[in-house]
Amino acid sequence: MRYPKLIALMLLLVAASAFAQANLEVNTPAVAAIKASMQARHAQLTASYDSGAVGLTRDGNVAVRDPALVPLPQRGQVTTLVAQENADRASLYKEIAKANNKPEWEGDIRNTFAQRWIEKAHPGWYYQSASGTWTRK
Amino acid sequence: MKPAQPHFGALRCVLPLAAAMLATAGCVTINIYFPAAAAEKAADKIIDEVWQDQSRDGAKAAPTPTPAPAKK
Repeated sequence: MRYPKLIALMLLLVAASAFAQANLEVNTPAVAAIKASMQARHAQLTASYDSGAVGLTRDGNVAVRDPALVPLPQRGQVTTLVAQENADRASLYKEIAKANNKPEWEGDIRNTFAQRWIEKAHPGWYYQSASGTWTRK
Repeated sequence: MKPAQPHFGALRCVLPLAAAMLATAGCVTINIYFPAAAAEKAADKIIDEVWQDQSRDGAKAAPTPTPAPAKK
C-alpha cells in the first residue's frame, strides 16, 4: 500500500487524541454554588458522621443509618440536613454532566463520586458496602 | 479488446483518504467515552473542598515547627 508511514502517523494521532482529550469540566458557577452549600452543611453533619448516625450510601448519597444515635432534639434537623445534602449531591452530579454537555454522563459521575466519597471517608465513619451492609471505616 | 482489469490503482489513491477520514472520525468519537480517570481526580478535588480535607499531593501541609535546640 502507498504511504504506510502516513497511515501509521494518522493512527498514532487518533490514539494520542484519546489520551489528550480525557478531561472533565467542573468549573462552572453552578458547581461552585453547590460546593459552597455542601461545605457549609458539612460543618453541621460532621458530628453525625463521627457518631455513625449518618453514613455514606453506595450510590453517592448520605443516609441516616441509625436515628437512635442522634440526640432526640436534633433528630428532625439531621433528617432535614440529610435530605438537603442528597438534593445538593443530585444537583452536583447533574451540573457536572451539564458542564461537559453530556447529560448522559450523570450516572457515571454519580458512580465515580460514590466510590470516592467512601474512599476518602474518615476513620470511624460508616459506609455501605457493595452488598448494602453498613461497614465502619 | 483489453480484458477488464481490477482498478487497484484507484484503491491506492482512495486508501490514504479513507484513513484520513477514519482518523478524523476517531478524533470526534473519542469524546463519547466517559473520562473515568479525570473524573476520579475531579471528584477527589471537590470532596477535599467540601469536607475541607487536605489533599494528598500538593497540599498546603501545616509546616512542622523546627525543633528549638535550647533546653532549660
